[in-house]
Amino acid sequence: MERHGIHSDTQATRQKRVPVPDRHGHFGPYGGRYVAETLMPALLELEEAYGRISKEPSFRRELHDLLVDYVGRPTPLFFARRLTEHLGGARIYLKREDLAHTGAHKINNTIGQGLLARRMGKKKLIAETGAGQHGVATATAAALFGMECRVFMGVEDIDRQAPNVHRMELLGAEVIPVESGAGTLKDAMNEAMRYWVSAVTDTHYVIGSVAGPHPYPMMVRDFQVIIGEEVKEQARANPGRQPDVLVACVGGGSNALGLFYPFLDDPVELVGVEAAGESIMSGRHAATLGAGTTGVLHGSKSYVLQERDGQIREAHSISAGLDYPGVGPEHAMLKDSGRARYASIDDEEALEAFHLLSRLEGIIPALESAHAVAWCVKEAPALPPETIIVVNLSGRGDKDLDIIARRAAAEKGTVK
Amino acid sequence: MNRIDKRFAELREKGEKALVGFVLAGDPSFDRSLELLAAMCDAGLDVLELGVPFSDPTADGPVIQRGGLRALKGGSSLANAIAITGALRKKTDVPVVLFSYYNPIFAYGLEAFFRDAPAAGADGMLVVDLPPEEAAEMNEYLPDGNDFALIRLVAPTTPPERMRAIVKNASGFIYLISKAGVTGSGGLDPEGIRKQAATLRAASELPLCVGFGVSTPDDAAMLAPFVDGVVIGSTFENIIEEYRDSPDLAERLAERVRAFKTAMGETATTNSRKKGRMDG
Ligand SMILES: Cc1ncc(COP(=O)(O)O)c(C=O)c1O
Repeated sequence: MERHGIHSDTQATRQKRVPVPDRHGHFGPYGGRYVAETLMPALLELEEAYGRISKEPSFRRELHDLLVDYVGRPTPLFFARRLTEHLGGARIYLKREDLAHTGAHKINNTIGQGLLARRMGKKKLIAETGAGQHGVATATAAALFGMECRVFMGVEDIDRQAPNVHRMELLGAEVIPVESGAGTLKDAMNEAMRYWVSAVTDTHYVIGSVAGPHPYPMMVRDFQVIIGEEVKEQARANPGRQPDVLVACVGGGSNALGLFYPFLDDPVELVGVEAAGESIMSGRHAATLGAGTTGVLHGSKSYVLQERDGQIREAHSISAGLDYPGVGPEHAMLKDSGRARYASIDDEEALEAFHLLSRLEGIIPALESAHAVAWCVKEAPALPPETIIVVNLSGRGDKDLDIIARRAAAEKGTVK
Repeated sequence: MNRIDKRFAELREKGEKALVGFVLAGDPSFDRSLELLAAMCDAGLDVLELGVPFSDPTADGPVIQRGGLRALKGGSSLANAIAITGALRKKTDVPVVLFSYYNPIFAYGLEAFFRDAPAAGADGMLVVDLPPEEAAEMNEYLPDGNDFALIRLVAPTTPPERMRAIVKNASGFIYLISKAGVTGSGGLDPEGIRKQAATLRAASELPLCVGFGVSTPDDAAMLAPFVDGVVIGSTFENIIEEYRDSPDLAERLAERVRAFKTAMGETATTNSRKKGRMDG
């Protein structure tokens, strides 16, 4: 099986051989398929179909054409001159996934999985969503391919990401509110898995990150590596050499892995940024790699936020897309090996970066992506000016205006 | 011979079918749970599947989800389930199977689990989200010569070759999931169950129990002829939910146990008579 992304034929990615995951989807001690027997045959079928169909030239051509003509790829690599000058250190480039159709990197994966599902003869798509970006991207793929779509979303997220709920409904998807737990991403994923068990014959479950049981962590990564491949290509022209540091926010970890993966064998520093929520000390955060321990959640073994008796804890973040107590298994492996490092940024820092980027560059980032920008705000000033940082601007912030407004109103209230 | 094997052998001898009851350990509290489980065992439950509550039970429907939440609020955990098993073992010989998601066991520690659970009097385990592909990491901790049963699931979606591979490494009994869905959802397909039961019978000598979505004594009576036992879960959890503040909760559960046993007994006798005729 090929280990590199399915989009690229560049020499660099063809040479790379990172031997993960193994046949059973294990990334070292992580990954695997920890699901009830009812789902196992579906996962085996998906793995087989993905392995076969993703190599078919007609599939690759169709996917490529859609990524260009429909999604609008390649997305630009933009030198953030004013942010760089403001911070006075390393040169900061933004990979503009916010400019992809539907406003985030999530569409790279949903178009890929949608095409695959159609070729597998599935009639319906389901998805979980936190920020609503993956839900919108799945609803979009369903509309494009003429499939039915149901999106599971926690009630807390429905409240804080309302614009995306409306978008999904306009696109013809049914949004199913999930009340259990804290009503966030983890609960949405629980419910999507429950639904899938009962509908597995005609329904494909489009998992939105590099999490979940095998083959999802591998497959979603493969659909997202186009981000890093484009950066590699684009960096040759401007800035004229490969970057020194790659930075991306990590919820489940798909935009980060998509950026990192083509650079794994290169002399580049990889930094994943998790959500520190209110603070790590408070316990109200989503820094799974930073503060979690090994466990099993949603079908794979990885780091998780959990109590000592193995009950999964609720995560907390102002950003719905990072508000998740699990993380993709390949990140767990990259953390343990030291190949990538994982920092965390709290709600306040992310909000500051959100405003800073909006004012300095005229780009309103998603709150998720603002975590990666905030890492630069903190670290770039101390780095020499010849250092080149590429930040994955994974999405745009339109969906977050409500959260920002509520936050501003609350602050005014406390000042008074 | 462990208690599970012994129980099924006795039932076979008598021409009876097993009533397997699933209840969450510690629902709604440790003491109350112990009282309820003891009453159910006294009323004639054949095997107890003691559910370990988990925060994210992706294979369970709303009734068992709520039961798990009540148990967690009452302070329950895997350690609690093992302690309940120990306390119950002083009162009854009913076989106890710990029914858990993998993460609580993984967090408890596999070595510690295989030391503590059998010591408390548990007779086997079923890990819902640990398919054969991942089971080796756990099974290597099972001490040699231990007769602790590793019960395996078979689903309606499981193809026949996979079924045969699964049952090869099973012990205790085989748990046939009645339909593609979560626990507690309706819509039984008796014909599908009969066919799958026949395939499993041909592949394994182990007793066969069917569960998920079997809710009334009539359902149980209808399925009993195809299998060796029927697992009832959401029905019991429903009663606990509805009558949890009522003093006669234990008696209500006991009454349900007797109703299921009676309904299954009636078909079992007709069935064994038929079987006797055919054999003779
Ligand atoms: C814009 C954006 N970035 C990042 C994420 C986090 O997901 P991942 O870590 O898989 O990239 C989300 C998830 O909703 C998102 O919407």
